[in-house]
Amino acid sequence: MSLNPSMFIPVLPQILLLALGIVILFLDVLLPREQHRYLGWVAAVGMVVIMLAILPFMPQEQFQLTWGGMVRFDWMSYTFWMLFLFGAAVTALLAMDYPELGERGSFYLLLIASTIGMMFMASAGDLVMLYLSIETVSIPLYILAGFFVRSDESTEAGFKYLLFGAMTSAILLYGFSLLYGFSGTTDLHQIVLGIVQGKVSLPLAFTSMMLVLVGLSFKVSVVPFHFWAPDVYQGAPTPVAGFLSTASKAAGFAVLIRILFIVFPILGNQWAIVLAALSVATMTLGNLVALAQRNIKRLLAYSSIAHAGYILIGVVSGFSELGMVSVVYYLVAYLMTNLAAFGIVSAFGRVAGSDDMTAYYGLSRRSPGLALAMLVAFLSLAGMPPFAGFIAKVFIFAAAVGVGQIWLAVVGVLNSIIGLYYYLTVMKYVYLYRSENDDQPVPLSGSFKLALGVLVAGIVVIGVLFSPWFNWASVAARSMFF
Amino acid sequence: MDFILNNLLTLILFTPVLAAVILILLPREQDNLVRWTAFVLSFIPLILSVVLWFNFDPNAPGFQFSQKAVWYSAINSSYHVGVDGISLTMVLLTTLLTPLAILASFSITDRVKTYMVLFFLLEMGMLGVFVMLDLLLFFVFWEFGLVPMYFLINQWGSEKGEREVWRGRVIPARVYASIKFMIYTMAGSLGLLLAIQMIGAVSGTFDIPELFQRWTSLDGTLFGLPIGVVKAIAFWAFAIAFAIKVPVWPFHTWLPDAHTEAPTAGSMILAGVLLKLGAYGFLRLVLPLYPVEAKYYAGALGFLAVMAIIFGALASYGQDDFKRLVAYSSVNHMGFVVLGIAAAAFTYGATDPAVKQSANIALNGAVLQMFNHGLSAAGMFFLVGVIYERTHTRNLNDFGGLFPLIPVYGGILIFTSMASLGLPGLNGFISEFLVVRGAWPIFTLYTALAMIGLFFTGAYILKGIKQVLHGPLNEHWVGHVSEINRRELFVITPLMVLMLWIGVWPAWILDVINKAVAMVFNLI
Amino acid sequence: MQFPLLSFIVFTPMLAGLLILLIPGERKTEIRVAALAAGAFALALSLWAYFAYDVAAGGYQFVERYNWLPALGISYYVGIDGMNAPLVLLTGVVMFTGVLISWGIDDRPREFFAFLFILATGVFGVFVALDLFMLFFFYEIAVFPMYLLISIWGWKVTREYAAMKLTLYLFIGSVIALVGALAMYFTSGLGTFDMLALEQAGFSTAFQRVVFPFVFFGFAVLGGIFPFHNWSPDGHVAAPTAVSMFHAGVLMKLGAFAALRVGIMLLPEGARFHMPWIILLTLVNVVYGAFIASVQTDFKYVIGFSSVSHMGLVAMGFATLSREGMLGAGIQMFSHGVMTALFFAVVGMVYDQAHTREIPQLGGFRKFMPVVAVAFIVGGLVSMGMPGFSGFVAEFPIFMGLWNAKPSWLWANYTWVAIIAAISIVITASYIIRIIGKVFFGQPPAEFDGHIHDVNVLDKVALVFLSTIMIAIGVFPRLIVPLVQSGVDNVLRLLGGA
Repeated sequence: MSLNPSMFIPVLPQILLLALGIVILFLDVLLPREQHRYLGWVAAVGMVVIMLAILPFMPQEQFQLTWGGMVRFDWMSYTFWMLFLFGAAVTALLAMDYPELGERGSFYLLLIASTIGMMFMASAGDLVMLYLSIETVSIPLYILAGFFVRSDESTEAGFKYLLFGAMTSAILLYGFSLLYGFSGTTDLHQIVLGIVQGKVSLPLAFTSMMLVLVGLSFKVSVVPFHFWAPDVYQGAPTPVAGFLSTASKAAGFAVLIRILFIVFPILGNQWAIVLAALSVATMTLGNLVALAQRNIKRLLAYSSIAHAGYILIGVVSGFSELGMVSVVYYLVAYLMTNLAAFGIVSAFGRVAGSDDMTAYYGLSRRSPGLALAMLVAFLSLAGMPPFAGFIAKVFIFAAAVGVGQIWLAVVGVLNSIIGLYYYLTVMKYVYLYRSENDDQPVPLSGSFKLALGVLVAGIVVIGVLFSPWFNWASVAARSMFF
Repeated sequence: MDFILNNLLTLILFTPVLAAVILILLPREQDNLVRWTAFVLSFIPLILSVVLWFNFDPNAPGFQFSQKAVWYSAINSSYHVGVDGISLTMVLLTTLLTPLAILASFSITDRVKTYMVLFFLLEMGMLGVFVMLDLLLFFVFWEFGLVPMYFLINQWGSEKGEREVWRGRVIPARVYASIKFMIYTMAGSLGLLLAIQMIGAVSGTFDIPELFQRWTSLDGTLFGLPIGVVKAIAFWAFAIAFAIKVPVWPFHTWLPDAHTEAPTAGSMILAGVLLKLGAYGFLRLVLPLYPVEAKYYAGALGFLAVMAIIFGALASYGQDDFKRLVAYSSVNHMGFVVLGIAAAAFTYGATDPAVKQSANIALNGAVLQMFNHGLSAAGMFFLVGVIYERTHTRNLNDFGGLFPLIPVYGGILIFTSMASLGLPGLNGFISEFLVVRGAWPIFTLYTALAMIGLFFTGAYILKGIKQVLHGPLNEHWVGHVSEINRRELFVITPLMVLMLWIGVWPAWILDVINKAVAMVFNLI
Repeated sequence: MQFPLLSFIVFTPMLAGLLILLIPGERKTEIRVAALAAGAFALALSLWAYFAYDVAAGGYQFVERYNWLPALGISYYVGIDGMNAPLVLLTGVVMFTGVLISWGIDDRPREFFAFLFILATGVFGVFVALDLFMLFFFYEIAVFPMYLLISIWGWKVTREYAAMKLTLYLFIGSVIALVGALAMYFTSGLGTFDMLALEQAGFSTAFQRVVFPFVFFGFAVLGGIFPFHNWSPDGHVAAPTAVSMFHAGVLMKLGAFAALRVGIMLLPEGARFHMPWIILLTLVNVVYGAFIASVQTDFKYVIGFSSVSHMGLVAMGFATLSREGMLGAGIQMFSHGVMTALFFAVVGMVYDQAHTREIPQLGGFRKFMPVVAVAFIVGGLVSMGMPGFSGFVAEFPIFMGLWNAKPSWLWANYTWVAIIAAISIVITASYIIRIIGKVFFGQPPAEFDGHIHDVNVLDKVALVFLSTIMIAIGVFPRLIVPLVQSGVDNVLRLLGGA
């Protein structure tokens, strides 16, 4: 196999990220302690540069398989790359001034490592590649979750995440091994041929699919494999929780779509039913339990679980173009919104010293701008216009109606109502309730304001001028079906 | 001049509003300025109605001075005004009584401006009913007139007196009277409203002359019921609404309270004009639109009229409150109006010229009685008000032998009472005679019974006069009651002149009425 | 390229709101003045749109269309016709007077006006929308500011409960309607949300009959239809004055209007099938609402329930599917909007001074605030449908519509509905008279002496403005009738002429 430059394009961002990581490694050693937070700027700017750098290398309409079929380069992966890079850049900015986190070079390195893994996850074409990339993503995240070694909560979070992650990884691997065993290949595109031709019997394919689903359900926190999420989100450093809930989940969904639509389209009816049931369970449980939460990070955790349920509706409708588009769109909207929410919680939680919801009483008086950003983020989570969350939900429900699953759309809609209730309740605390600290302003760093500003602007832009993003998502969706 | 003649009715109708607007712009504290401005401005509609009278051709059929303009085209309702002999007399009555009532109100001192503004709005409301030839706008003005009257009674009514309402709560009598008046009339109008809606929906127009043709020629079934049934229901809806206003016994119970508690000028207008709205409704709408039903139920109507005459008189006789006595006398006198109308209704479709002539006479009497009662009732209420202002009591037992103290007032009171009683030589006699003459061949029994009422009319009138003026002098009033003053004379004199004039030479007004009635009669 | 009047109308409030957010919070006077300027501007533009509409030409005018998401057939598509032009004007009027009335808000006026204006943008957007997606987009924008406005500046006793109840109710209604609308989109096969195209989509009768209740009731919830009216009285009472004015005056019309636009106009067969029993619900609204209003002791609850009753008349007019009935409904939306805005303004003025809304504890207010008393009397007369005022001009054709309604599969005619509904007029009259008498006349309780002073000139301007509109329409119906008539004709041609 000869090396030609075009082979490197599908892995270009990973290479550049690696370079960025090395740069940060050096800077971490060279920079004095007080200036370590500049690493955040380096990371963020670097990622933006990488995003710009891969702009000229857009994929073609039809997917390309390179590196022996291990890497599938198409619009879907390209879209997710951009998304992950953006998410990581913003996380870096948001975490920059978080004490004990943003000034540690290791944080950025782990972030980059995880992002590299996500890149591979989105463009994997092979079982081994898939598994490797999943682990590459997960292991840094386990560490990041338990980053605060002196905190019991953080350590518990990291440990829990590790244990559950490892266990479900094993199940995932077992599913993969079944597939490999009976089809004789690890290439996803060959495996599907094997299933179609009967080398892999349908019941067996179904079994391995279920096993794979278990593993991936953990990753995207779908009921009943969700129970790690609240504890981990609550215990982990808040910016990490933000990254976990968005980018990592998006990566999980990317893999889910890949596997379901590339390998198991023939079982479409079966997994649609399974996923629909999981979706209903996830949405409902996530929303209902969120109602009872007192800690805002746990609330956001359950809200994230519920949102995974909504995305699953899109996956169920994925055989229609609108369904696939809606999944991509939702992930984009959700990433921006949830990162904003967690970002605000991380900044304010540090100032207030508590993540209990009572700490948010009177936030609107302390910092009207921050409260407004929180309003935007939460209303977007609830699915209110003119924010991205609204459009995303409408597309998802439209997709469900479009494939005839009206009942699923109705369940989703009813769940949105429950969600609205607790999102508004939090906003009520922020705007209506008073506390003794009403007049103490909330100090926010420039980098934080920049990141939050970009996110809020993004939420609004994606919610109002959604045509270009929709078209982009359409191209990505179409690339799944060639 | 041409402009005035071309738009005469519109001008008559809206100059009161103009006057109200002018009054609003005047400073509130200048009571005298407000009063005199109001008085002067109120002459404008009067002058215009006199112009109208002289330019009216009694011999021409149909409605004159008619104008039509777009109002609510989407539902086929237009601003259509016009007068015939009947409405002309009513317009004249209204515009005549208003300046007199305003002059009588000069003794009001509380919120004079608001009072006068309400008065002009009231005048517009009443004039509107008389000149409107569009059923919807008729209703608009009918209802609209309620509001100023409500406030006049409620705010400027008699200060003393209380009524107990449910659960022991006590409210001022005037508040009670005004609310009863308003709710009673509105409830009655509800049926009217529904019937008007239905007529408009079914006929496709609200224009009254057109409806005379279209509505009466409707046939078949409507709303799943035979047209006869629908028309009968609509007839009663109309009839009850108007019957409450007239008032026909037994729908009269709002009247004693409203008339008694209203301020003097309010009672003058209430008895003088407002009651005529109901009778006018019968003449203009009920008889022409529902001739068959009117004939069918005329007997019942006649019966109720007689009850009003008899019981009204009896109730009057039994009163101790002078004003309440006069109030019940209105029930009594309006009974004659209804008797005349009922008699005429009963003869629908008759061909015998004698019968037709009787009906004609009865209707003549009814309309003239409307005019006459307007004059005499206004006069009586005014005179009650005069004595009340001086003595602050209306209780007949408190008076006694006042004639020597206030001879001029006494004379005027006797004069006006005689007109009310129906003394030959004064206007009351003419109209009551005509009604009796006309109704006798048609409703002989009822008319005979009505004579009982006539007898008691005399009784209560004489009782009233006796208790106030004659008998032993009540020492209490010596030096405490002053003679009728010049302003008050100005109020009562025109009324007295008219009462005498019509009593002696009624032709000038009867001619107009007669020709109009004949044409309406032809319609019937 | 004509002046994009409607876009200006829709977006000016939001832009103004965002700009107001930039003003520092302590500069309260600047904030109020900016808000007033924005309100006046919106009013001027809506007046322009109202009077510039060419009734003879009919149809949709001032149309603007821009692609929003061509792939799904979503466009930014606006236009006014005879039905929504009065509502646009109404919103401008209520926005303007609402700002005048809210001059005294002292706790964070900046956020208050900002949220109020976002609400206004949402409302304007729904009224002029000709694209189904766009309608929903702006409809939802109008929902969440209500929550914040009521819960933050509302009446302390019930504001949190009422705000949440209101928001959830409205949201539930709108998402149910959304599912119906999505069903319409996919079934039509046209791949567009353009409502004018969807009107011609030719949905099967069965489809229409199934989907209509969802769409209609989803929106009619906001219109206060029984039995989903429960959010309304609490919401009205808990909200601050200007928000109540908006809520009853405009927002409830939003629901009725959307029910018309999306329900009746896009699913006429469904409408024809369901209206006979829906009219029963509207009848309950009208009569029951009036009854409940008459037994309330809290002044604001009386007005709140009377809104339920009057909106019932609007729904009833639409339910007759007749020319006159819809005409009346269209006029009633405008007339009631102005009237109820006035009512709530008056209630607010009384409450600000007396600090109680319990009718037995009030009295003699005409001595303190005569202009307010007169304005309330005018509003009261409109409320009972007194001829000479806009209420009569609106209610009369609704009743005529009942008489003229065509036979349906359920009833041969609606005469009995007319008779029963007429009872509500008497009930309304009785409680209005009672309230006027108790609150404004009679003797003021002793504790008020010296504590109550008259309202300021801004309040008076607002009241006089609102009263004048109602009297003008009562005397000159042609100010509104031809316009609404042309709008109704637009609707009727979809119903196959009625």
